[in-house]
This record gives sequence, C-alpha cells and structure tokens, in this order.
Amino acid sequence: MRLDLDPATIARARNLAARAGEPIVEMAKRHTTVAVERATLRLAGLGGADPDGTPWVNHLVDAVRADIGLEHGVALPVWHALAGYDNDLARLAEEAAAGQVSFRLPEGADADLAAKRSREAVGAGIARLDASRIARDRMISEIGDAPRKPWIYLIVATGDIYEDIPQAQAAAREGADIIAVIRSTGQSLLDYVPEGATREGFAGTYATQENFRLMRAALDETSRELGRYVRLTNYASGLCMPEIAALAGMERLDMMLNDSMYGILFRDINPVRTFVDQRLSRQIHARAGIIINTGEDNYLTTADAVEAAHTVTTSQLLNEYFAKEAGLEDWQLGLGHAFEINPDVPDSFRLELAHALLAKTIFPDAPLKWMPPTRHMTGDIFKGYLLDGFFNLAGAMTDQGILLVGMMTEAVVTPWISDRDLALQNVRYVMDAAGRLGEDFHPAPDGFIANRAREVLGESIDLLGKIIDEPNGLLDAIADGTFGLMKRPADAGKGLEGVAEKSEAYYNPASSILEGEEEE
Amino acid sequence: MSIIRPYGDTTGDGMVQVSFTLPIKHSKVADGAALQLANKMGMEPAMVVHSKPMGDDFTFFVVYGQVNHLVDTDKVQVVERDFPLLTPKEANAVIKETLRRPLVVVGACIGTDAHTVGIDAILNIKGFAGEKGLEYYKEIEVVNLGAQVSVPALVEAAVTHRADAVLVSQVVTQRDAHLLNTREMSAAFREAYPAGERPLLIAGGPRFDESMTAELGVDRIFGRGTTPAEVASYLVHRTTAKEPAA
Repeated sequence: MRLDLDPATIARARNLAARAGEPIVEMAKRHTTVAVERATLRLAGLGGADPDGTPWVNHLVDAVRADIGLEHGVALPVWHALAGYDNDLARLAEEAAAGQVSFRLPEGADADLAAKRSREAVGAGIARLDASRIARDRMISEIGDAPRKPWIYLIVATGDIYEDIPQAQAAAREGADIIAVIRSTGQSLLDYVPEGATREGFAGTYATQENFRLMRAALDETSRELGRYVRLTNYASGLCMPEIAALAGMERLDMMLNDSMYGILFRDINPVRTFVDQRLSRQIHARAGIIINTGEDNYLTTADAVEAAHTVTTSQLLNEYFAKEAGLEDWQLGLGHAFEINPDVPDSFRLELAHALLAKTIFPDAPLKWMPPTRHMTGDIFKGYLLDGFFNLAGAMTDQGILLVGMMTEAVVTPWISDRDLALQNVRYVMDAAGRLGEDFHPAPDGFIANRAREVLGESIDLLGKIIDEPNGLLDAIADGTFGLMKRPADAGKGLEGVAEKSEAYYNPASSILEGEEEE
Repeated sequence: MSIIRPYGDTTGDGMVQVSFTLPIKHSKVADGAALQLANKMGMEPAMVVHSKPMGDDFTFFVVYGQVNHLVDTDKVQVVERDFPLLTPKEANAVIKETLRRPLVVVGACIGTDAHTVGIDAILNIKGFAGEKGLEYYKEIEVVNLGAQVSVPALVEAAVTHRADAVLVSQVVTQRDAHLLNTREMSAAFREAYPAGERPLLIAGGPRFDESMTAELGVDRIFGRGTTPAEVASYLVHRTTAKEPAA
C-alpha cells in the first residue's frame, strides 16, 4: 500500500532538510566534546574505573583538559605521553588521575608519531566494530533471521541485568524478534558510563559494557535455540552518546535508539553538545552495522498528534539527512513515528493510516519504527486492547519495519507476563489475518487519506522553509519550541561545559578513520 | 445505610470477573487451582471460562463468579485531596486568569544528593507515569538547577527568578540527610525572605513522611508515586488562592 505523492515534492522536502542540516554538520565538525574524546579512548581499548566508579576515560580526558584544554583533542597529548608508560593506557590514566602526569601538545615529528600510534590503537577498536558486524552477518546466515516483518520489539526493564536476562530469553521464546533493555531513569544525564554488571536501577537497567556483553551472550544462546537471530537494542543517547555507541558496536548490539534532537528537547542537553556527539555516534553505528531508531514518537506524547504530525515528518527528514551524512544507509534508518491520535477524534484511524503511509512513501527503504499508543491508554485495559489491535492493523497495512508491541496495561503497571502474552496474541492475530491487506487496497488518489498525507507533507515543507529562514537556522527553531513544544537555546542546557571549538592542531584518529580520511 | 453488591445483568446478582496467572503447567489441576483461588476470594459459585498455557510453567485464567460480599457505602473511608486535580490545560487556564503571568518554579536536588530522578520526573517534559512534567505546562516556567545544589545557590536562584515555588528533591537518606537538608533549606528561606513573601517550599522524595511539613518547615511534602499533575495542581491551588505562605 503506497501513496501517490509527487516525487518532486518529496525531493523538495529532502532538499530543504539538507539545507537546514548542513550548517549543523559544519558546526559539529568544528567542535569536539568530552564524550567524543572519551569514546576515542574507549575505541583504543581503555575501559574500567577507579574504586569510586569514575571511569579511567573520564580521568584521562579531564587531566588532559586541565593541562592543555580540550580543543586539540586528547589523542596527540595522550599518545605523546604514552611513550613513557610502555604504551599502557590504563597505567597512564591512573597516574594522570593521581596528578602525576603533565600533558603537552606535541609538535612536528613528535606529533606525527603520536598521531600514528593513536591511529593504530583506535584502529584496533574499529577492527572490533568490523568483527562484530561480520559475526552478526554470519550468525544471521547460519541460524536464520526474523521470519517476517514487521520485527516484533519487546522491552525488558527490571533494573537488574541478571533478572533481565531470563525475561529477555522468555520474551524471545514468546515471539520477540528484538529485545530492548530500557535504561535506568536519568542515565542520559550522567556524564560517564557506569562500569560492570549492575543489579540496581530506577525503572530500568544501566547501560554498561558488561551488561551489553552479558545480554548479547544470553540472546546468542536463545537465538541458536530458536533458529532465528534475536536482535538486542539499547540507547545511544544522553551525555555519553558516542561512548555508548562505541561500546555497543564492540559488544555487537544490533539497534540503538539514537535521535538527533531527543536529548535536546526532552533531556535539556545542550544542542551543540548533542549534535557533535551524535555525529560520531552515528559514524560508529554506520561502521558497526547497527540500525538506529529515532524518537519522533516522543513529539506526539507532548504535542497533539494531528496538529504536530508535520513536525514528525520534518524531524524524520532531518534525522535521515544527519544519518546519511554520517554514513548510515537506508536499511539502518529506523525512523520513528507513533499511533497517538486521540481515539475520540472522528476518522482517527484514517488519519493514522495517512500519517503512517506518508512516512512509508517518503522513506520506502527504511525499516520504520512504529510505536504504540501511550497517551490515550487510560487504564481501561479493554479499550486499550482494542486500540492496540488497530495500531497493529495500521502497522500491517502500511508495511512498518519495527513494531513495538503495545501493552493494554500501559500507564497501569510494568507489563505482567499475561499482558505480554495477550499483546503478542493481538499482534499475531492481526498479522495472520490482515498482514497482506495492503496488497488489496490503495488509497483513492483524491481521497481523505491521500489528501491528508499531502497536507502534512506540505506543512512539513513550510516548516523546513521557516527553519532555513531563521538567522541561525535549525538552532533557532529548536530555541523557539518548534519541536515537541520545548524551547532549547543553543547556549544553555546540560553538558555545554564539555564542548570545545577545535584548534588547528586538533586530531582525532576515530573521526579520521570513520570519515575515510585514512586507512587504519 | 446503603448496601450494594456487584451488578452483572440483574440487581443483586453479585457477579464479577477476574483474570490472573498461576505459576503452574496448564492442566485440569491448574483449572481446579484457579477455581479454588476464586472460591477463597469469595467467588461462589465461580466459573473458569478461559485457561491458556503461557509457556511450560504458567497458565492464564479468566474467571467469572458471584461474590457473597456486601459493600456498605456509609462505611467507606477516603482521604480526600485538599485541592482539585487539574489537567495541564486547566492548570494553564487558571494561572493565566489569576496570576496573569507564568508561575515560576525553581527545582533542585540539594546537598550531596546526585539523584535527579525525582526532580526530573516532576519537572522534565518527559514526566512520569504517563504524565508530562511541569515543563510541559505553557504557563509554568521551570528552572531546574539539577543535582548537588547548595542551599545558598538555591535561595539566590529563587530570588533571581522570582520563584513562586521551590521544589527540592531528596532521594539519599543516609544519616537522615534528607531531613537535615530540608530543614536547612527552609530555615535559609525564612531568613532570606520577609514573612509572607517567601515562595512555597515543597520537598519530595520516596522516604519522606507526608505529615512532617511543620517539623521540616515546608508547605508540602510529596512522597513516592507523586505525579507531575498532582504537584502542578497543588501549586495552582496555593499560588492562585492568594493565601500567603506560612
């Protein structure tokens, strides 16, 4: 089922998104952040934390910054100093944390040597990303992939990784193709990545390298048992976005939530910090073969789903632009949208179909992420079950790629075992009964659905035009409250102190390798 | 006295439905176990109308039956909220009409507490329990100072932003830190503001006793499970009712 939209109009929307996005990319290229530098050290193999839980990457970046600032990047000063420490990064970090190292920016041949050594070390991390990608591809071809689309996406979130594991394995056995481990509330605002296996979290489980490794290993076991590869999802968002991307890539996670503006709008993270961090995180995802999931569904939880429909389209176009610029391909773009129209609005289902079809028509090769109703789930579980059925039907008819399973107990309890079972029955019934319904029906060219889709696309084009006309483009639009009604100026928000404009001497081996400027 | 019982399709039939899961393999024994549970819950006679295996170890049941309990509505006791619960739209409308300017809220985690989960759940637009945080309210201006804010810095921010209300979140309770910090905070505000002009002081956190307001010197305490709408409704109730803060 596709809409008959004028290709020239779609091309115009894409072009406008590129024009809105280009200055942001230029800005991102001119800056670095503490998280970008820490991610670089993580790719070079520096992990672990001091006894208080402060990661060594934080210590090392802070120490370099205290001596010579952040603007040159940490690679040159660190690998210059490293010669005196037998190339032992962990030892250097420990000594630096104890105030025993004074860093300086090397020049000339010293700088060339430090750059070369840092490139070798980071190259090993990039090779781990490549190895994970190859391992994933091999597992999928050996044991099989999810049997059909949309992929069924289920969430676990106990706070304890050792509770999450059996729950995730049970969910996979019940039919989940993708397991997402929700993070502990507030992790996005931590300016460090916690270390080790964790057993306590607030409404979710901390994203740590060890938790990633444990869950992936458990799902590998279950994948072999079930004869289909079960994908694992986590969140590359918040103040440590690129670090988490690096850890996810190395530990073979398969999908990451990674929106270009979510942290800015919903977590009040500084816009410059976010765009700089996001670019490296997406370059890492591109290399590691990870599918990103964007967060447009969130706009509809704060703004009205009919009035704000065009902001979803606009954000999808921007997310696509930033993703492609960072090297991601269409199959890696899980662009988000949601079934959040008030069911009391007349023709609400037709409007939902129009919006979902619009996304599928603009992004035909992207595995769109279809999010279930949350806002109008009231505690009336019976009505909620029906609403979820219609959500599933819209997903089936419009060929969505990733379907997050809706729970009738949304906003009541964290899902019970029976809630999940009923929800999966709902999905299965709809997919079996109407999974290919889209083949039989096409919206009338001048009907309600087609006209509504054109209207939303038109509003999106108008909005992109307005964004471009602002003196500071997208940054002004974000400051004005264009998305999700949140006003986020570029000079405010969390994490701004961790941003620096690059100097002439700046060097980062991870960016260089990932941008293809040099071979590792 | 008013005695009622559940209504299925005939007055007085006492019919109810329940659904639940038992950790037992689907079998005749499982159905019998479900029936036994229903009987013990006061459903007599009861019918297991649906039982379905969920994996090897669990069975899901839907049970209909008649309860023999009576309810006396005269003996129902409820703790009434002493302010009306408003939707964001209603809250915005009342503020716009009575204050005629945005209601200013300054929030922080004070002391060494770095757990912003509580204050963020109430203030961040992301919200909590399916409700949007106060940032979502058009007529509420939120200044979230974040974690580890000192009491003097909080007072200064409240003065600068002309706060109508100050929200303080305390999660860490080691050595009663939450109580000590909150007392220190309320004392500082009493010192910094003339009587009757200080902002509303609100403390929140999972371990507070909601009845300790006088002891801690605050206007209100919100405990575990408080949602943004409750806080917003309280703020609207107190700031637009023209009662001076105590």
